Amino acid sequence: MSKKPLTSKTLAGSTTAKSATRPAVAHTPVVKSSATAKPPKPSVSAKLIDAAALEDIAVGGAILGTGGGGDPYIGKLMAQQAIRRHGPVRMIDVSELKDDDLVVPCAMMGAPTVMVEKIPQGDEILVAFRKLEKFLGRKINAILCAEAGGLNSTIPFVIGAMTGIPVVDADGMGRAYPEIQMVTWTMHGVSATPMVIVDDKGNNILLECIDNRWTERLARAATIEMGGSVLITLFPMSGKIARDASISGTLTLARRLGEILRESRAAHSDAVKAIQSKLGAATIFTGRVTDIDRRTVTGFARGEAKFAGVDEFRGHSYRIAFQNEFLIAEQDGTPIVTTPDLITLLDVDTGVPITTETLRFGLRVVAIE
Amino acid sequence: MIRIGIDVGGTNTDAVVMEGERVLASYKASTSADVTSGVSEALAGALKQSGVPANLIDVVALGTTHFTNAVVQRRDLIPTAAVRLGLPATQALPPMVDWSPDLRDAIGGHFYFAHGGHEFDGRPITPLDPDELRKIARDITKKKIRTVAVSSVFSPVNSEVERKAGEVLAAALPGVHITLSSDIGRIGLLERENAAIMNACLMDLSRGVIEAFRNSLEKNGITGRFFLTQNDGTLMDAALAERFPVLTFASGPTNSMRGATFLSGVKDGIVIDIGGTTTDVGSLKSGFPREASVAVEIGGVRTNFRMPDVFSIGLGGGSLVVDGDDGVTVGPRSVGYRLTKDAHIFGGKTLTTSDIIVAAGRADFGDRSKVKHLPPALITKTRARIMEMVANAVERTRLSPDPLPVIAVGGGSVLVDTKIGNLDVIKPKHFSCANAVGAAIAQISGEVDRVYRLSNSSREEAVADARERATQAAIAAGARADSVTIVDIEDVPIAYIPGNATRVRVKAVGELAL
Repeated sequence: MSKKPLTSKTLAGSTTAKSATRPAVAHTPVVKSSATAKPPKPSVSAKLIDAAALEDIAVGGAILGTGGGGDPYIGKLMAQQAIRRHGPVRMIDVSELKDDDLVVPCAMMGAPTVMVEKIPQGDEILVAFRKLEKFLGRKINAILCAEAGGLNSTIPFVIGAMTGIPVVDADGMGRAYPEIQMVTWTMHGVSATPMVIVDDKGNNILLECIDNRWTERLARAATIEMGGSVLITLFPMSGKIARDASISGTLTLARRLGEILRESRAAHSDAVKAIQSKLGAATIFTGRVTDIDRRTVTGFARGEAKFAGVDEFRGHSYRIAFQNEFLIAEQDGTPIVTTPDLITLLDVDTGVPITTETLRFGLRVVAIE
Repeated sequence: MIRIGIDVGGTNTDAVVMEGERVLASYKASTSADVTSGVSEALAGALKQSGVPANLIDVVALGTTHFTNAVVQRRDLIPTAAVRLGLPATQALPPMVDWSPDLRDAIGGHFYFAHGGHEFDGRPITPLDPDELRKIARDITKKKIRTVAVSSVFSPVNSEVERKAGEVLAAALPGVHITLSSDIGRIGLLERENAAIMNACLMDLSRGVIEAFRNSLEKNGITGRFFLTQNDGTLMDAALAERFPVLTFASGPTNSMRGATFLSGVKDGIVIDIGGTTTDVGSLKSGFPREASVAVEIGGVRTNFRMPDVFSIGLGGGSLVVDGDDGVTVGPRSVGYRLTKDAHIFGGKTLTTSDIIVAAGRADFGDRSKVKHLPPALITKTRARIMEMVANAVERTRLSPDPLPVIAVGGGSVLVDTKIGNLDVIKPKHFSCANAVGAAIAQISGEVDRVYRLSNSSREEAVADARERATQAAIAAGARADSVTIVDIEDVPIAYIPGNATRVRVKAVGELAL
């Protein structure tokens, strides 16, 4: 399943990096921009992503996030802050990648229930980037989005703004999934490692694993120990592989979904319908939340939500089980929708996506697939 | 039971006296700059009209937009220090990062990061450092800041660090007010912290205003229980409201919507509450205000309170009318409580929407002869503009194509016609005092907040037990048993207590037994 990593350099059995030298109270995030990195040549199709565009990407990301991937609000604020400080981020198409470009996905990993409460220190993602560059012995040319759903739809723009490196309009799943190996890159034999994991306290880990399941297992264990929410860089790959093995256009899709929601609200039209028509999504049910059992276990927000059907679904009960993302929907005890179909909950009136950690008693939602 | 409902808005102060479901009397006074005299006048007026002696009043329920308006208008806010415990985590987004800059500036934008906070599983992120807090306290003293908001990572799961930090700061800062975020909000650091900071910056105002309310009651010889209505339309003790003014933020719209459904008997519709300065538009579903699904912004600040989804525009009976080169503009500026001095119909020199509506013959108050000179074209244009503003707000709030009725309440509802677009407008009896009626019929709540060990019982049993206890608490507080419903259940697993413990919070509400 796993192929040799892109790099020839190997660090036998390395799991820990030594340098945790950042002082605990470093107030100002590192803002050095990589003047030495050679950015790919500007292209006519490059889009500039500014702070306003992040609003739409974050909303669309929450729709594609199928309840998980974390509420993009925190990531949006981080990206907007970075963009205000360093300027807008260039977003490029996969076709603009050169075969030998070094392309690296980045993400936040952990439980969404932790992310809304424990905000990052701020330098983690930059440290994860620089550590991986150092280990691979070369500069990163483009940033990939690991998952276009949830919080991780916004994280590439944080590091994009900080470094001036372009973000590729693509991701590895076209949605959000709970685990590292669940990406198209795994299916194409790309190794998730070398991977760098950085926490808010200044700890960091360099992982090399025999396959991507092991990466998930070890990285998850480390994430829990590090406090349930970390920043990561992983799946370093060539421009050619990124082009062949990524799902193209997903960040633009997220942005478009955000725009649709914003525009339909402004036009007082049915936002839920507009989103459904863009995604070709059917209605699973409309219901009211009657119970949420949500806990942070084994590094995930796990649990289930129960709903009483309303309108034409009255008389039925529904249950959605989640592990970060909504994974199975049941009607009266029988599974009716499961992943890989996207199961997304939207506020019944406004179309605003509802994430697992913001679900609460009494909310009226429409579940779409 | 005889109850008084009072609504203190930016322009008017209304009082109603109710016995059971009957409105015995209603009285409208102008809100005074000192708050007290307006409340006293409304109280005295309503009592006199009802003929009920003051000592027979059992309950006074007061709703006010005073605190919300203070934040929205950035006035009467005091410089506040935000202290966040969680270093080295959380520095990526400092306190007030998502505030609009003018509000941040209005309270000084002071914040401090300190060590402390918890991980999700109960481990400390870093130990609390009392010396560090004392150093922060010295800086707070130097800056002459008198109110502090403390937030700690995961404090809704474990508030120990937040309390300890509060104690250290209180000892180092005698006389300084301290708001702890875990007393106000739920999981979601930024939203909870925002609420705590807003609460802290309202402290001076809160003390003054609640004291003024108390004085007014006393002056009128009222000895009944005194409540304020809070965001979700339930009553809270005045002493608690004084410490947590932020919990009253949405009480105005909640009261007007509940008052509107009570007075009109309409369960599904759109409510427009036109006051002196603003118009709030919200929708009713089965007799309850439709709740906002996600974060609600107040004065541009994100919070995670449960509150109705209300859309506000700057249109009211006191809104300024300006006939400019680009046509007529109405609002958002308003003469507010100076309406009875500044408007033309009251002998003033400022042209307001009230002048226009009286000149048009649609209402009769003030001195109509003072607006005879207004050109008919201006009147027509202004009224068209007003209807356009209202129709837009209704359209924005209207979430279904069904022709739902619009219930118009509030003193300024004389501004609107009998139709808005294709929707019928209902103006129920006592419409101008719907807010005060909403306050008078505010619901009673019962809450439980208990830790259950799931090694002894299943989660279902724990939640069922908490529901039953909350229901009983609501009934004990005066709710009618058959009206009690559960409005909120939150269960937060507590990892730091062995035995799979979970903290269950349940809120039950019911109608006052009348």
